[in-house]
Amino acid sequence: MQIIRNRFMVNHIPRFGFKYMSDSTFLNEEHLQIQKAALDFAKEKMLPYSAEWDKKHHFPKDVLRELAAMGFSTIYVKQESGGVGLDRLTASVIFEALSYGDVTTTAYLTIQNMCAYMVDQFGNEEQKKTWIPRFGTFDAFASYCLTEPNSGSDSKNMKTFAKKDGNDYVINGSKCFISGGSVSDVYLVMCKTSEKDVSCILVEKGTPGLSFGKLEDKMGWNASPTAMVLFDNVRVPQSNLLGKEGNGFKMAMSALDGGRINIASCSLGGASFAFDLTKDYLHDRKQFGQPLAAFQGLQFKFADMATNLVTSRLIVRQAAQMIDNSHPDKTLYSAMAKRYATDSCFNLANEALQLHGGYGYLREYQVERIVRDLRVHQILEGTNEIMKVIISRNLLK
Amino acid sequence: MKVLVAVKRVVDSGIKVRVKPDGIDLQGVKMTINPFCEIAVEEAVRLKEKKLIAEIVAVTIGPKQGAESLRHALALGADKAIHVTTEARIDQAVQPLDVANILAKLVERDNYNLVLMGKQSIDDDFNQTGQMLAGLLDWPQATFASNIQITDGIAQVIREIDGGLQTVKFKLPGVITCDLRLNQPRFASVPNIMKAKSKPLETIPLDKLGKLHNSIQITKTEAPAIRKGGAIVENVDVLIQKLRNEAKLF
Repeated sequence: MQIIRNRFMVNHIPRFGFKYMSDSTFLNEEHLQIQKAALDFAKEKMLPYSAEWDKKHHFPKDVLRELAAMGFSTIYVKQESGGVGLDRLTASVIFEALSYGDVTTTAYLTIQNMCAYMVDQFGNEEQKKTWIPRFGTFDAFASYCLTEPNSGSDSKNMKTFAKKDGNDYVINGSKCFISGGSVSDVYLVMCKTSEKDVSCILVEKGTPGLSFGKLEDKMGWNASPTAMVLFDNVRVPQSNLLGKEGNGFKMAMSALDGGRINIASCSLGGASFAFDLTKDYLHDRKQFGQPLAAFQGLQFKFADMATNLVTSRLIVRQAAQMIDNSHPDKTLYSAMAKRYATDSCFNLANEALQLHGGYGYLREYQVERIVRDLRVHQILEGTNEIMKVIISRNLLK
Repeated sequence: MKVLVAVKRVVDSGIKVRVKPDGIDLQGVKMTINPFCEIAVEEAVRLKEKKLIAEIVAVTIGPKQGAESLRHALALGADKAIHVTTEARIDQAVQPLDVANILAKLVERDNYNLVLMGKQSIDDDFNQTGQMLAGLLDWPQATFASNIQITDGIAQVIREIDGGLQTVKFKLPGVITCDLRLNQPRFASVPNIMKAKSKPLETIPLDKLGKLHNSIQITKTEAPAIRKGGAIVENVDVLIQKLRNEAKLF
């Protein structure tokens, strides 16, 4: 036991890291260069602190600002708008590499990227000039508000309403499970502006009537604050409308495919870390006079873990490329990728925990944190059940 | 002031090395910029940020994948790159004296005031190229630098030596080789990686600048002996006997 404990405390620079599973299918030289930059950053600035952030429920704003300086907060925002102007495949590679270091902060980073993308795609010049530079440095933190206490999968049935009053909107309602809730500086609020129309309105923190519930106490994603966002006659100028009234749903749809790739990529990174931990453990731990790696039952489990990780990575990257190429099947493949990768990666992490035996149950060995963090990826950005609805509807229509 | 930084593409230090009869197996192996060369690039970038030098040119010798290390140097902040192309094995056939001669030709062609390099490469660990280059150019040199200051054309370098730290001072131009504690290289940010794509990269076939003489021949490559278990001895006499007769220590 002493030998295994020392492995984590003595090594400053982790020995493991993508060296076991570094396939570069779909990736060109630029992708590989960026992947290296992201992975180096993750291993040095995120991985050593991930357990502490989880334990203390600490939201590492300073590290997010460093990530922004690397160019990771406006990855697919157009260069003319002040973003980095890269594609979804590059974004997937970046998020996969960063979530090797910490799943939770990377997942929050994907939300910032998505909000910046929406402002870039649908905002007017004024809105782009105001927000994109601030998103790009994490001078402003952004949150995306869609889910309500009574509408999750059934998002069209939302109740939060923005009524026109003079030159303003007055918003009433509530949103829940909002990442960044109470911390973020600006909220992209999807709300009804008529009985049928959904619109997206920007609401800044500090606006009278805007308040927040207590921070939710979650199974995982502890480094990211989650809270209800409450609107009590919140008055904002109509110039805060993003895009056109009634376009909210189309905007959400266009962001969804990418959002699914992003969350699936976060699953890949976390699973890679659990995988690397397990490989080392199977060699180090001995029972019945042999390392665990000598037992066929465990070898078979490990073989399945490896296969599922590689196939998950392939479908995620393929779907990302399809979004980049505006392929007609991009929604179908994004749904498949999200469903498959998040399920496979959670199961991989869970299996990794089992292979660690009793040590897997201890926080110190880190694999249980990956299990807790990856569990929610099967639920948000569209539950995996909804993914199956999308997949079957796409194929059977 | 212009600086030439020489970088080498080597086997990544984290991989598991496979030994073949003709040397290390490079097939499909992860390669990266030599860590000491990366430190040299970082130092050049810092000197440029302090406005002590105006232009950084990175150079590498090797096959076309060697350009990856040049692009990394450009992404860290180098202004231009030179790729001296050769298909020879850079971990065996590209040897210090030949490299020094090629670099000397480039120094004469482009008139650099300073050459920065890593102290040694982690594949062959020769620790000769910088010293030989200084000799060929008849320039002063400071090796194993852990601190570099440049004021009014005078370089002051703190060197890490066996006895401790030694400070040397010389008038530029000169050659400085960089050691581990000189700095910690920055991460290449995505905007810089993208900017690097449009920075000038000059390609020169090796035979236009020099020749590889292969004066050192690799006769054998073998993996280190597998560690054998130790033994517990009863007393000091037995220990001395084992040290003398088995370990052949004295």
